[in-house]
Amino acid sequence: MIDASFVLSVVAASTPLLLAATGELVTERSGVLNLGIEGMMLVAAVSAFATDDITGSAVLGFVAGAAAGVVMSLLFGLLTLTLLANQVASGLALTIFGTGFSALVGAKFVGIALTGIPKLLFGIDAMVFVSFAALAGVAWFLFRTHWGLVLRAVGDNQDAAHALGYPVVRVRYCATMFGGAMAGLAGAYMSLAYSPLWAENMTAGRGWIALALVVFSAWRPLWLLGGSYLFGLIMYLSLYVQGLGVHVPSQLVSALPYIGTVVVLVLISGGGSRGRRNAPACLGRAFHAAS
Amino acid sequence: MGLGVQLKIVARGEKSRFWAYGSPVLAVLATLLVTGVIFAVLGRNPFVALFTFFVQPLLNDDGIPELLLKASPLITIAAGLVLCYRANIWNIGAEGQLTLGAIAGGGVGLAFPNAPAGILFPAMMIAGVASGALWAAIPAWLRTQFNANEILTSLMLTYVAQLFLLYLITGPWRDPQGLGFPQSAEFSDSATAPLLIVGTRLHIGVLFAVLAAVAVQLILTRTVLGFQLRVVGFAPRAARFAGFRENRLVWIAMLTSGGLAGLAGLFEVAGPVGQLTADISPGYGFTAIIVAFLGRLNPLGAILGGLLLALSFLGGDEAQIDLGLPNAVTGIFQGVLLFMLLGADLLVSYRVKLVRPAAVHP
Repeated sequence: MIDASFVLSVVAASTPLLLAATGELVTERSGVLNLGIEGMMLVAAVSAFATDDITGSAVLGFVAGAAAGVVMSLLFGLLTLTLLANQVASGLALTIFGTGFSALVGAKFVGIALTGIPKLLFGIDAMVFVSFAALAGVAWFLFRTHWGLVLRAVGDNQDAAHALGYPVVRVRYCATMFGGAMAGLAGAYMSLAYSPLWAENMTAGRGWIALALVVFSAWRPLWLLGGSYLFGLIMYLSLYVQGLGVHVPSQLVSALPYIGTVVVLVLISGGGSRGRRNAPACLGRAFHAAS
Repeated sequence: MGLGVQLKIVARGEKSRFWAYGSPVLAVLATLLVTGVIFAVLGRNPFVALFTFFVQPLLNDDGIPELLLKASPLITIAAGLVLCYRANIWNIGAEGQLTLGAIAGGGVGLAFPNAPAGILFPAMMIAGVASGALWAAIPAWLRTQFNANEILTSLMLTYVAQLFLLYLITGPWRDPQGLGFPQSAEFSDSATAPLLIVGTRLHIGVLFAVLAAVAVQLILTRTVLGFQLRVVGFAPRAARFAGFRENRLVWIAMLTSGGLAGLAGLFEVAGPVGQLTADISPGYGFTAIIVAFLGRLNPLGAILGGLLLALSFLGGDEAQIDLGLPNAVTGIFQGVLLFMLLGADLLVSYRVKLVRPAAVHP
């Protein structure tokens, strides 16, 4: 029952979650709550798909996806960091806009199938390694480097960081753009490797699940890895069970990842105070230097 | 920067009354500009396209009734969301609560098709409100009991609600005479929302929309409860010192907004849709979030906001038929509008100044 293809399918389902959640972890550590992952992923997915379809290069597709994610995150940054808008509402706007924009651009790509991306090792594609490398890089950067410390300081005490002369807004822009690039890679992975085709709303809530994973991890990279693979497993199982022909209504099985997200959020938020203790203290707060 | 002048954002001493009303207007104008540019990029004459999108729908024979019909669910839901957002309670799962209201209210109608309308329809409305409130009670309970983030839980439950609806209309509730389409039987006459104007599709739901907005406005401005909700949103620490029971406020706001979303869902299926199908709502629950912000989190403002966004749905259909543009244009318009609203809000509390940076500090 559990063979190599099962494992590979779980890996493929987990990778976009891990990519997007790794980016959001950095964004949130700097004190910025970007709820627009779903929108960034969708715009990136369609940009990557269009680029691959036109140029025939998956590498360029991923570059386009990351770039689209960065552009979307800059929009978010402009609103929340420069214009000091509410971060929750701005993130929702990003998702609403991204959903509509990707549907408009993607209309002419519906029904086209790509070949997928080449496998590197044991049937695992390069992006899986990229997702691990990015997570390791983030863990090292956040906890072993000077600027990682600055980023965390900005997220935990914006006024103190500002008083020490660190550029709060610029650090947050960088963290937000990194989150956008990673969400972009995640979206590109969906349309270039996972499916590989474009369909409206194809991310189906994965951006939101990635957000929940960051909460689940209590903002710690290693836990993010576990959470992403747990949810990748749940997502694949809901497909797998349907394939077995078990007499369960397919919609109820498809609801499992969403119900699982709620359950995990409850367990983490209610199971002691570690979650709240680790949350960046300035998460979601606007910063406006008085002088 | 070496260039002579710089833009600088300076806090105002107090909020600008002018921009409190001016910023939504500015945002709408800016959105029209951006939408026009998008039309131009798509190779359409922007003026013709904007006219088709925003004016043409109103010139049709049934333009105004259709506008009110589309605005009703938006206003009903947004009224409840205003109550939540004012108190910093982020219910973004109204779409799911709408779906549950449609399922339960519609289910009552399907179960008793021959009951007299005078009993059946009120029963359907009660079922719709109760089930919407029940669906919102889950995130409320999870937040008050386990401190789980209501943004994520309410949204996740939206996916669950939609899958549940899909299960019902492809399984137990599927119309045996429906040729295998995923839809329920059509509602009987007594299970259909009474029309307000005969000859149009406009039903009594619009009255409930206005009622909801006025009621929420009265709660916010005239009651202790409304005062407490506003304080919790504006100054949570002060609310805690004052001894307000925050959990009670979360419950009230979530149940109210869930119930209103459920009512909107019931009116959609018992009104224009006429049966349970997979697409009972073009995203009213999400659009209502924009409506709430367009009305500056004021229930009466939400009436105006609801009308404008209802127009964007009609315009999307019109643009699709007349100009061959994809329906997704509606989503883009709505997204851009929310961006502009949030951005323009800066002007209420801050002043944007052109400053000449001092050359050398002494």
